[in-house]
Amino acid sequence: MSKEYETVIGLEVHVELATKTKIFCGCSTAFGAEPNAHTCPVCTGMPGSLPVLNKQVVEYAMAVGLATNCDITRHCKFDRKNYFYPDNPQNYQISQLYLPICRNGYVEIETGKLSENQKNALKGKTGSDIAESGEIKKKRVGIHEIHMEEDAGKLVHDDWGEVSLVDYNRSGVPLIEIVSEPDMRSAEEVIAYLEKLRMIIQYLGASDCKLQEGSMRADVNLSVREVGSTEFGTRTEMKNLNSFTSITHAIEGERNRQIDILESGGKVIQETRRWDDTKFESYAMRSKEDAQDYRYFPDPDLLPVDIADEWIEKVKAAQPEFREAKIERYKQEYQIPDYDIELITASKRMADIFEEASGICGQPKKVSNWLMVETMRLLKEKSMDPDQIRFSPANLAKLIELVDSKVINNSTAKEVFEVMFDNDTDPAKYVEEHGMKQENDEGAVKAICEKVIAENPQSVADYKGGKDKAIGFLVGQVMKAAKGKADPGTANKILKELLAQ
Amino acid sequence: MANVISDETIEYVGILSKLKLDDAGKEQAKHDLEQMLDYIDQLGELDTDGVEPMTHVHPFSNCFREDVVTNGDDRENILKNAPEEKDNMFAVPRTFD
Amino acid sequence: MSERLNELTAGALGKKIQAKEVSVKEALDATFAAIDEKEESVHAYITLNRDAAYKTADEVQKKIDAGELTSPLAGVPVAIKDNMCTEGLKTTCASKILYNFIPTFTSTAVENLQNAGAIILGKTNMDEFAMGSTTETSAFGVTRNPRDITRVPGGSSGGSAAAVAADECAYALGSDTGGSIRQPAGYCGVVGLKPTYGTVSRYGLIAYGSSLDQIGPLTKDVTDTALILEAISSYDKKDSTSVNRTDTDFTSALVNDVKCLKIGIPRDYFGDGLDPEVAAAVKKAADELKAAGAVVEEFDLSLVKYAIPAYYTIADAEASSNLERFDGIKYGYRAEDFTDLHDLYKKSRSEGFGPEVQRRIMLGSFVLSSGYYDAYYLKALKVKALIKKAFDEAFAKYDLILGPVAPTTAPELGKSLSDPIKMYLGDIYTISVNLAGLPGICLPCGRDSKGLPIGLQLIGDCFKESTLIRTAYTYEQLRGSF
Repeated sequence: MSKEYETVIGLEVHVELATKTKIFCGCSTAFGAEPNAHTCPVCTGMPGSLPVLNKQVVEYAMAVGLATNCDITRHCKFDRKNYFYPDNPQNYQISQLYLPICRNGYVEIETGKLSENQKNALKGKTGSDIAESGEIKKKRVGIHEIHMEEDAGKLVHDDWGEVSLVDYNRSGVPLIEIVSEPDMRSAEEVIAYLEKLRMIIQYLGASDCKLQEGSMRADVNLSVREVGSTEFGTRTEMKNLNSFTSITHAIEGERNRQIDILESGGKVIQETRRWDDTKFESYAMRSKEDAQDYRYFPDPDLLPVDIADEWIEKVKAAQPEFREAKIERYKQEYQIPDYDIELITASKRMADIFEEASGICGQPKKVSNWLMVETMRLLKEKSMDPDQIRFSPANLAKLIELVDSKVINNSTAKEVFEVMFDNDTDPAKYVEEHGMKQENDEGAVKAICEKVIAENPQSVADYKGGKDKAIGFLVGQVMKAAKGKADPGTANKILKELLAQ
Repeated sequence: MANVISDETIEYVGILSKLKLDDAGKEQAKHDLEQMLDYIDQLGELDTDGVEPMTHVHPFSNCFREDVVTNGDDRENILKNAPEEKDNMFAVPRTFD
Repeated sequence: MSERLNELTAGALGKKIQAKEVSVKEALDATFAAIDEKEESVHAYITLNRDAAYKTADEVQKKIDAGELTSPLAGVPVAIKDNMCTEGLKTTCASKILYNFIPTFTSTAVENLQNAGAIILGKTNMDEFAMGSTTETSAFGVTRNPRDITRVPGGSSGGSAAAVAADECAYALGSDTGGSIRQPAGYCGVVGLKPTYGTVSRYGLIAYGSSLDQIGPLTKDVTDTALILEAISSYDKKDSTSVNRTDTDFTSALVNDVKCLKIGIPRDYFGDGLDPEVAAAVKKAADELKAAGAVVEEFDLSLVKYAIPAYYTIADAEASSNLERFDGIKYGYRAEDFTDLHDLYKKSRSEGFGPEVQRRIMLGSFVLSSGYYDAYYLKALKVKALIKKAFDEAFAKYDLILGPVAPTTAPELGKSLSDPIKMYLGDIYTISVNLAGLPGICLPCGRDSKGLPIGLQLIGDCFKESTLIRTAYTYEQLRGSF
């Protein structure tokens, strides 16, 4: 490559809001219903039906806008975006073009400190996509606007038949689309930006922001230009990116595709492309029948939304404590390492569990340990997000108390925790029902120790010969014989006493 | 000012409108559209600088619903008029997006 | 009984039913007898609701007998324009694309009537999707004007106006986007009122131009107009553009008094194109109101000729979007052969929509398309603002505006559709009322030399239906029976 290129990236992020009902009708937004079970004349585009705006959608959109430093548009309107597609029952989508609810905001991102997602997504990559490790860079990514709109239905493709089937359960589910400025220059920045947005929105409770399930979706607008150039190149828009990995792949793939075109003297065409993560390539989505001329105009069926200062103040007042503030407070309130605080506050769900469980059992350090070690391990093993944690803070606190009061030992606790992690099982009940209580009767433990000493003369000889480590093996044998129910500390003490005799 | 609608334009309008026009239909549509646009061009005689476009005649705003589920499962009714249906879904020619 | 039951006004019939002089079934028998007798020549209805009507009649009679239904409209038969959804009763918009559509819910305006005990006779013919001024664009045949069956009834609510004029119902509901209630009322010699935008819920009205559409009554006299308007007006949470009005006791405006009422007559309404016989009849009506104590003045309304191009730009733009949902997938007509999805869309729509509807969809799509939006659509919205302002200024001086409803009386069948622009010009007196959201009423003020009814139009400021009703009622007394 003779020239050096810079990648310029802007993102359109769609987020499904956590309302109970759809944006323009009283249908449920709950997942997993039978096809078309959550539909009505409004969200299926029946003749004569009319939309009525869900107030909560406006409040969530405002909340996200305020948390991302946007100006709130005091007089905003809805527009119709006209295009024919079967997942869009009216053949127009109600959205906002001319007067979106939020404009002109920004979020601050940090790069150089790779998160788990970044590490996974960047595995095996080198070069410009990875900033110099160790050096933390802060950067502002501008938000051009945030607008409210309705989601489309779902097309189900029948593998054998000649038809596709339409399910309108998602039709009319409220979305906000967050349109960034073209401020990002690498996949790393893109992921940092998405993580930041996700954190803010999850903290607000405005959405669960799950990429895999589609409640957060990102379209990538990308162009390349020679380093030093101030003009933007022609950009393409890439859709169908449903994981951080595919976003990273798509950015790399599209950057290379555009550079190849420019290097061979060609021109990049402004178009929408679909990324295929299995083939590692994108293809143009254009067809003769897609004019891409959406004929936006103000929706005459909906009134404008006027947002007064008092309303903004009310939404502001209801905003939760965000991560930065939480980190500061944890440093004051809890005696736990900064590293733990960083990780725990990365997810509001995790932070909520931490605070509540610590409040119940009064042992923040132990709660933090359970979250940092066992919880993180199981999340990773099961490829889950912290949001998917099912166990309650109360049960975690109970588990800690069971260990403290020596009802169970640590290794039993881990076993119980695994069950609790899956089903939010009550640990006390589980221990009781499965006879897992620790053997605290020293007489019984002593009997086992005597048996183990008798059965392992070699280890006994080793220990007596000065090999202190041999005691570990013997303790293990005792635990095994006791089916894990002995307290290893007690076993250790008794063994030493017996061997010293 | 006489408007002239080209073949490409009427083809494009057919795509936007999702209407199939045969050759005679295209000529008729071109003629009708030209005539109407000439007529609408009269509006150009009016000075509308600084006039706020009026979408709604009444100055009302903020019509909301509360976020409460009011609709149950109405599948049977929703699918009643479907020309083709399968597994409680609307059937369309096999389509990929 | 000197008068046949089907010839009575809704109010008069309702009184007889409440007084047990007449049963609901007797009223229905008489009306269906008239329908059976006249439909072959008039063809006001697309669909009749005979069996269900009799079933409802039984239920309503029981409630009247039990004292549970005391509305003056209880048991009175009504005809509904076929663009209002009626649960279980076919609703076609006079279009092939909805030839088999059976709604699963009822429009709010109709529901309000049903709650008052109204009996639905059937669905009336109209211009396809309310696009037209003659009812000749219907996919299901033309309706003939009962006053002269060689002529059109007007449109788009031609079936409703004809049904009222032919006594094939006690009263009817129509919808008015650019004059579609008032103009056919004028052609058929009945009373038609288009309420202030937002007064009657649009929920369940299959949209043409959403910012312009209003449902209103077509009746035999002004008293019925007040009665029906009162019954159908409601604040509806299902329609965001619905207005919460507290002044809807319109029957209290039935007062014979126009003293000191200031009436403005736009000079611009009496220019070229107005039939001299129509002009004379309308001026005579103004003179009669003046003699009764009203202050009548001529004035310049301005911008009159710009209302038509502004209207067709806005209405067609909205229509092009409103009618996108008719695509052969969820309901209605689907073409038989198609190669793929887009072919299905195009064939279903081209075969399902008639020529006038297609013409308007294409114009509407064009004026919204990239590069033309500002020049056409936005410009029209600005002109709309200017027209609204011109009316505001007029209503600062006058309580109401008086003029003709149409330049001529009813034209002969088959003479209008060949030249769309000429047809559109016929809407010149009615269209600006919709652009400005105003209420307007049309009532007969005489006949021309051919014996055809001439319509008088009164236009009020927003929310001033009571002034319209009072003036129309007073004029009706002055005029005598029609």
